[in-house]
Amino acid sequence: MGIIRGRVWKYGDNVNTDVIFPGKYTYTVTDPKEMASHALEDLDPQFAGQVQPGDLVVAGRNFGCGSSREQAAFCLKYAGVGAVVAKSFSRLYFRNAINAGLPVIQAPDAVEAMEAGEIVEVDLERGELRCRAGCFSFPPLPKEVLGIFEAGGLIPYTRKRLGLPPLPPDSGLPIGEGG
Amino acid sequence: MGKTFAEKILGRKAGRPVTAGEIVEVVPDYAMSHDNTAAIAKTFASIGVERLYDPELHVIILDHASPPPNEKFAENHREVREFVKKHGIRNFFDVHRGVCHQVMLEEGFALPGLLIVGSDSHSTTYGAVGAFGTGIGRSEMAVIMATGRIWLRVPETIRVLFRGVPPMGVYPKDLMLYAIGKIGAEGANYMAVEFAGEAVANMDMAGRIVLANMAVEMGAKTGYVEPDEVTLAYVRPRARREFEVVRSDPDAPFAQVHELEVRDLEPQVACPHSVDNVKPVSEVAGTRVDQVFFGSCTNARLEDFAVVARILRGKKIHPDVRMLVVPASQQVYLDALRAGYLEILAEAGAVILNANCGPCMGSHQGIPARGEVSLSTSNRNFKGRQGNREAEIYLCSPATAAASAIRGVITDPREFL
Repeated sequence: MGIIRGRVWKYGDNVNTDVIFPGKYTYTVTDPKEMASHALEDLDPQFAGQVQPGDLVVAGRNFGCGSSREQAAFCLKYAGVGAVVAKSFSRLYFRNAINAGLPVIQAPDAVEAMEAGEIVEVDLERGELRCRAGCFSFPPLPKEVLGIFEAGGLIPYTRKRLGLPPLPPDSGLPIGEGG
Repeated sequence: MGKTFAEKILGRKAGRPVTAGEIVEVVPDYAMSHDNTAAIAKTFASIGVERLYDPELHVIILDHASPPPNEKFAENHREVREFVKKHGIRNFFDVHRGVCHQVMLEEGFALPGLLIVGSDSHSTTYGAVGAFGTGIGRSEMAVIMATGRIWLRVPETIRVLFRGVPPMGVYPKDLMLYAIGKIGAEGANYMAVEFAGEAVANMDMAGRIVLANMAVEMGAKTGYVEPDEVTLAYVRPRARREFEVVRSDPDAPFAQVHELEVRDLEPQVACPHSVDNVKPVSEVAGTRVDQVFFGSCTNARLEDFAVVARILRGKKIHPDVRMLVVPASQQVYLDALRAGYLEILAEAGAVILNANCGPCMGSHQGIPARGEVSLSTSNRNFKGRQGNREAEIYLCSPATAAASAIRGVITDPREFL
């Protein structure tokens, strides 16, 4: 877990799974690159073409509400998003993000303070977010699920638990083709 | 201090007493997946385990794009069938059977006291018969295939009490939309919701299914209706296994109690683009409608068909409106056919489609055009939900849908009852 540095893409409350990854693609889009190209398509058509590695998706309350479709977490990860910072997360999204190894940070004050387009820095280990307005701390993940996140997601974590070797980094997995 | 139903069911599975807030690792009683089983199978393969932990855990139902609208969907279904055969999964239902949650109930998988996970957010539906049903992700389902296990946080429980009996023309869907409007799309995040009160005690199974199904629209991990004689009459003849009714203790610690008076409630409509943007029908009546969708796992059961047929009998759907009808299951289709409801709807000008998820999530069958208004009995009205981000989706009861289809504008169904 290191330092994430990137630009802020700011959105409002109740950003739902349908606008993050439209339902019409859920059974047909399986390639990670193609999945990334549809990220946030129905909310911000500019996003997928312009997002840079490390950039932060910043949003209000209840981020990821709606479907259980975990591509809504994986498409942001594949798009290179460093972390999602929100005032709160929907339960299924929070789970899916941890299982995808996508950092999800609940920090309502920081969300208020950050402005679209500014460059911010997140230190996952220390639980700190530094932006123009100052430094904000956020709580660590529950210890029971920290291991999953640290392993890079649920699949690598499960392989480790089962005593299986890690997957090669170029396998296109652990995330699972098709998410 | 007593225990909630959620603490009892998860405690039984964990093999020890548990309280809200704890995280447990459990083996569910059933694990349901649908068209997404093809993707899950690939993730399962990446784990590196050859055989399923227990093929009997899994129930697979093809419903999301059934029959497939194009080659990609067809290949997806083929992969699911191959996986089912390869691993000897007996609980498999092909495209003829209907929407997964309805099939889980009809086929007697969903039973009181069981823990059922599904790789679909509306797996909360199983709480209609007093099970703990919850939605999980695809990777989690793949890990259940490999190890049988999943981590779950034991949720706090919110009690939603519907006070009084709703007036004529006001249905369980209206009660649920009203509750979501009051509690909010995030109001029950991470929590279990137990529905109770006089209105619920008087509800048939179809109504209880609406409540549990849409619990996730207030963020809930699961919804629950305490089993009673209505429940037992439904589950006994179809149960596939032994079950035990689990109830919250009278002194169980509820995190919140919401009391909602429904004696004078109007029919309710959720307006674009959020499920909690709920208004009484009188405030939105007159809004133009291009497409009416009567279907989905929320509604379109036989009881709903009876109401819709009563309103549409001898009437014509407005010439500017397309009404799409999708029974919740093949069983509902057959029952509605035999009862004469389908004939009434077809004569009124409705398009009767096969039992599947169809227009609900915008993959095929009835995608609205830009600028069109879709009035739907389904559970979500997010932007883009029905396949077009430029369309407006309103949610309502089957009665409101039928009345509005006749007038061509959103209409209070009580004018037709």
